Formats: sequence, structure tokens, C-alpha cells
Amino acid sequence: MVVKSAYMARKAGTRDKSELKNSGFTPEEEIQAYSDMLLIRRFEEKAGQLYGMGFIGGFCHLYIGQEAVVVGLQMAQEEGDQVITSYRDHGHMLASGMDPKGVMAELTGRRGGYSKGKGGSMHMFSREKQFFGGHGIVGAQVPLGAGLAFADKYKNNGRVSFTYFGDGAANQGQVYETFNMASIWKLPVVFVIENNRYAMGTAAPRSTAMADQLGARGGAFGIPFEQVDGMDVHAVKEAGDRAVEHCRTGEGPYILEMMTYRYRGHSMSDPAKYRAKEEVQKMREEHDPIEQVKARIIKGNIASEDDLKKIDAEIRVIVTEAAEFAQGDPEPDVSELWTDIYVTA
Amino acid sequence: MPNILMPALSPTMEEGKIAKWLKKVGDPVKSGDVIAEIETDKATMEVEAVDEGPLTAILIPEGTENVKVNTPIAVIGEADALSPPALRATSPVKGEEKSGAPPLSSPLAGEVASRSGAGGGPTPTDPEIPAGTEMVSMTVREAIREAMVEEMRRDKDVFLMGEEVGQYQGAYKISQGMLDEFGPERVVDTPITEHGFTGIAVGAAFGGLRPIVEFMTFNFAMQAMDHIINSAAKTLYMSGGQMGCPIVFRGPNGAAARVAAQHSQDYAAWYAQIPGLKVVMPYSAADAKGLMKAAIRDPNPVIFLENEILYGKSFEVPKLDDWVVPIGKARVARAGKDVTIVAFGIGMTYALAAAEKLAAEGIEAEVIDLRTIRPMDIATVVESVKKTNRCVAVEEGFPQFSVTSEIAAQVMTHAFDWLDAPVARVAGKDVPMPYAANLEKLALPNADEVVAAAKGVLYV
Repeated sequence: MVVKSAYMARKAGTRDKSELKNSGFTPEEEIQAYSDMLLIRRFEEKAGQLYGMGFIGGFCHLYIGQEAVVVGLQMAQEEGDQVITSYRDHGHMLASGMDPKGVMAELTGRRGGYSKGKGGSMHMFSREKQFFGGHGIVGAQVPLGAGLAFADKYKNNGRVSFTYFGDGAANQGQVYETFNMASIWKLPVVFVIENNRYAMGTAAPRSTAMADQLGARGGAFGIPFEQVDGMDVHAVKEAGDRAVEHCRTGEGPYILEMMTYRYRGHSMSDPAKYRAKEEVQKMREEHDPIEQVKARIIKGNIASEDDLKKIDAEIRVIVTEAAEFAQGDPEPDVSELWTDIYVTA
Repeated sequence: MPNILMPALSPTMEEGKIAKWLKKVGDPVKSGDVIAEIETDKATMEVEAVDEGPLTAILIPEGTENVKVNTPIAVIGEADALSPPALRATSPVKGEEKSGAPPLSSPLAGEVASRSGAGGGPTPTDPEIPAGTEMVSMTVREAIREAMVEEMRRDKDVFLMGEEVGQYQGAYKISQGMLDEFGPERVVDTPITEHGFTGIAVGAAFGGLRPIVEFMTFNFAMQAMDHIINSAAKTLYMSGGQMGCPIVFRGPNGAAARVAAQHSQDYAAWYAQIPGLKVVMPYSAADAKGLMKAAIRDPNPVIFLENEILYGKSFEVPKLDDWVVPIGKARVARAGKDVTIVAFGIGMTYALAAAEKLAAEGIEAEVIDLRTIRPMDIATVVESVKKTNRCVAVEEGFPQFSVTSEIAAQVMTHAFDWLDAPVARVAGKDVPMPYAANLEKLALPNADEVVAAAKGVLYV
């Protein structure tokens, strides 16, 4: 099945780089973007469900609505580029190619989770997939991500660090300390501001000067920036290509302000009293990232409704299996309480 | 005819070198003229004349080293009958005026100045030094630098970053010369932005490098506390063992002299509370060098607490190709049978001085230098207490929830049946560090307090 093979090929990391330079997507890339975004959406829906059932504890921040950002940028990356983000991180992990079973099992605090159940939703990592977390302190990942880029430059390895943060984190002082150093040291880092318009329950204009111009703040440090329709995976990927080109050729950092939207609350315990249901509904109906790609696929005769249903079914199986694994996997052995505190040389 | 005195150009300066005379005998000197360059332990500074008249004599020729503060170095003749009563040299950098008063009113400086080397009494041979090893005299400053230089030669992934570590040659001259050898890629000057550059350094460690982060002082590391604790210390655990963070955070810690509350705090207890961190606080140059090398090689985040007052002190250091002192091992600095005194870092100066005074009264104190605060070598302390049955713990930090509280608790847990008296503690007073010289002296511990505590547990 062409659809499935394209999906699997993406997972195996065998993209044809020459195709990625084109402004439009190849048919395979359209399918790939659709599949990857759908996987994140279905995964997050399931996570929300498991939270409601009590399988997932603590904080759980869903990425639903923002899928195009991480999927589009993943398509602009090369193997070895690093990704680091905040606690709204499940989408980034899946896009990085991490195993949905391992991610879901971490959400349920089981031994098969990426952090052996000791990190949870907000603190998950995969060195193998170059995913560096998963950080729970708002904005902390920004200098950390620049530090990954510092190491890349130091080693001259040609890699680029994708450092994600939200409009809320954009008010943290350390972000601007980092912009300053990234600029003077020309660090190969793409700062991705996921502007979903709400810092927890605070609408951006209530907390943020020039709330729709967050990327422009980098201009004060001489960092090029652009604002991107983060609901359109095409636009995201194209901007990502420009950013990567800039970083990889030694020109220093680049800022992408992704205008996006989260459909769900800040976390599972968010009653969402701060915005109208109609606002969410309008965004879903008119700007949904997955529906946009789906419409293009159908209109362009890239795949049929039936083909897409097969992808959907395939993804549901992946997510169901992940959920079953995450519920059935045992909790960590009690001896794990005392491990991983120090690296023993 | 007024003398020009050797000025104190930093809070802890005790002596310096006349690098250059910029006036010669017979030259007229006006107020504000730069008359000489003086090299301190931190930097080369210009000395400006305050008063006016012909330079009638140069008492200390240029090139002379170790000129004590307040030594007359030149004489200015009477310009006219209205010559001011005293001549003063000023530091153009800090604009501090130094007059004939003693440069350091801190009791600490006096304590340290009166002592040299590893302290009075007989020192047991450090078991880690092979017999017959040549010893060389070296300051703590030189020892720390040598350790970093050796490790940077050994491993290209090791680099130093911090404020003024490069072109300025180090705010305390620890990194002097390192920029020349290793270049700006490996000796990285940062903006004054502790939170940000600490985060970048931790990220670089996640990315496979081995950063050494110099805090100009640990007081400023409070700005970076989130990255030290939440990012560096906890991520290994939160990643199920994937994300080690090999990094050294180092710099002067604790009270210097006359720099008041915001610049005078001992953070040993703060960091020692955190699982995931190792905390090292050496006293001697040999330990500073060996522990720094161990810290750089350690795959975990290590807090390396130095002390400005100890930087210029000289100690014997073994001349070995690769002198590494293991983290987590205390040292019996002086053997004794009557009372155990446990100290670390600059606290050792009080402990060793107290042991000397006690010896004069026939009391033999065993002094243990913890060297590492976390993991703490409580076994060595307990072993000593089982012999002496009495224990005094010493630190400069605040007394509540402190390192000495922990020592007291551990000794109670592990040696309760051997104790003939409750563990006594000597610590800094429970107040922010005052500026006034007399109050600062009162706020810090001293040898007499240690002596009194030792006699207290001996009931004499």
C-alpha cells in the first residue's frame, strides 16, 4: 500500500533531501505530514482519555491543535539535529520518532517509559532520537537548547538545535539572555516560538507587550525572524528550511514565531473559563492543520478518502497498542528509587 | 615629608609587586598623576597621587615583589607650606581610598596572615601521595589553574566559561594565561548573565561537552540556581539515566573581607542538600588541584567552592604528572586523641589554629578536613570520634540547617554510644554579614571560639 509504505519510510528516516528543497510537498510528503499529525492527535486524545481514567497522574499538557508546527519542522530537519522543548512535549517526541509505547508508558509512570517512569509527562528524553526533553520550568529549555547548539558549534558537527518555547516563556528573562549570547556567538539554533495565544489562562495581550510580534523581539539582538502560519504545515516546513539553511551555513540563530492554537486547556485541570467556546470552534473549523492537509490530498487526488481511512485505522492501532502497553506494563521496580542519581564512572 | 604607602587595591590584598614607576626622582607630581603600576593578586593597577610636590625618593625599586600593604614606597617633598597632612594612593578602578589604616580589618585576614602552609602541627602523610614524591610550594590560585590547564590539555571537550575569564585574565586571576594557550573557543568570556550562561553550559554538557563554569563569586550563582538544581542535578534521574551532566561550577564562595552581606555567603549547605550534585570545598592547594582534576573528570555536576582569602596562600603540592584527589574522601590533617575537630575550606584555618592553641595547653585535637561536603566521608569522622569521644564541627556558613548540623546529626546516629559530650558547633553568626570591621569580626567564627568549644566538650 503506497500510503503505508510512505509512512513507514518516513519513520525509517529515508527522505529524499532534494525533494525537501521544493516549496510544495511531494505526494509522499503530504501523506507523511498527514500521518504524523494524525498520530499526534490520536495519541493526545488517548492520553486525555487515560488521564480521565486515572492512569495518568500529575500534569498532562496536550498538543492538540498545534501538530503542524512540530511536524513541519521535523520535515526540515536532518538526522542528528537536536530538539528540545517545554512540558507540552508529547508531539515533539512522536515527531522525533520516539516509540509511542515508550512515551505513553512514561505518562502512566511505568517501567517501560522513556524515563523508566521517573520523569512523567513533562520530563522525557531520548538521546538516541536526539530529543533532549521535556523541561518543566517555563523557559529553562531555551538556554539549554542554545547550549546544545554551543556544543554543535564547538564540535563543528554541522548540526542544528531546534529550541521550542511558548508565548508564555517568551516573557522569561533567560530567553533574552540566551538571544544575546546566541547572537554574539552565532550559535546554530532555531528558536521556535509556539505562540498559541494563551500563557496558561492569560491571553497574550494581557501579559505581553506587542503580543503578536514575539519574533520581532529577536530583532533587537540582530537575529532574523519571521512569523509563520503555524496551522499550515506547508508554511511551517518552508520557513523551517530557511531557518535551517541560515543556521547550518554558520550565520547564527534564527527565530520562527509560529502562530498556532491549542484546542484543549493548558493542562487537564484547566476549566478554560478564559476564552469562548466559539473561538475554539472557529479555529477548529477554519484552520485545523490536519483538515487542511486532508483537503489538499483529496483535491489533488494524492489519495482517496478510503486510503486516508486506512491510515487512520493504522494509527488507531498504534495508539491503542501504546495505551494497552502503558496500562499493562508494571510500575518501576522499587529499587529504581535509588538509581540514576549519579553517573558512576 | 609624606610617604606614599603601598596601597591595598582589593578587599583581600595583603601584598603586591611594584611593576613600574612612571615618575622618577625629581619629577613634579600633581594630584591625579599616575605615579606607578602595581600588580596585585588580581590585576595590574595604576596608582594615582593624591597630593602634590616633587618626588624626592623612591624607596622600593620597580620589579620588587611581595611588598606589604602600607609599606612606604616613595616620598613626596613639600610643594608649599599648605601641603596636606597625608598622602594617599587611590585605585583608579574602584576609586577606593586607602589611607594609613590597616588594609584588612577582617579578623579572618589576620588569622590567615599569621599562618602559612597547612597549619601548625604535625601533618599525617596523605595516603594518596607516593613516598619520596617531590613537593613544590604553590598557591591555591595556581593549583586550581594548573588543574584546569592540565585537564584541558588532556581532553578537548573541556572548556572554561564565565565572566572575565579570558581577556581580563580572570577576575581573581585564576584563569590567567589560559586564553593564550586555549583560545577564545575554549576560554569563553560571557556577558554578565548568570542565569543564561549557566543554562547554556548545562545544555552544552547535555550535548557532550565538559564545561567548567566560573562564577565570579558564588553569590551570583543564585541567579543561576534553577539551572544548577533543576537542569543539571535532576535531569539524570528524570531521564531514567540517559542525560548525564558532566559539569563543574566553580568560583569563590563565602566571606571575603569587608564586602558585606550580598557578597559574603557560604553556600556549602545549600548545594549539599541536593541529590544529584557533588559538593567539594578544598582548603589546601594540593587538595584544590587534585580535587579540581577529579571534579572535571567526574561525569556528574560538581559544585567546587573556593575561597578568595585562600587563593593567595601557599601550600606544598606533590609534583606528580597526574595528581588526582578522590571526591568524597576526608583527610586527617592533624592527629590527636582528645577531641575531634571537623572542618572544611577556610574553616580549616580556625580548626588548625585552635589545635595549636589547645596543644599548648596539653590538649591533643585531631583535625579532620572533610574536603568534600557531598558525598560526606562521615566514616572518617566517626572513626575519629570513636577514638576521642568528643567532636567539634566548624564552618563559616550560617548555623541553622548547616553542614555542621548535618555532621552533628550523623555523629549522633553513628557514634552515639561513643560520645562523652554533645557535638559542639562553631559557625558563622545567624546574621547577614555586616560591613563594619568590628561587626564583621564578630559575625565570623574564630580560633578562640573553636578552642572554647573544644574545652566545652572536654568539660575543662
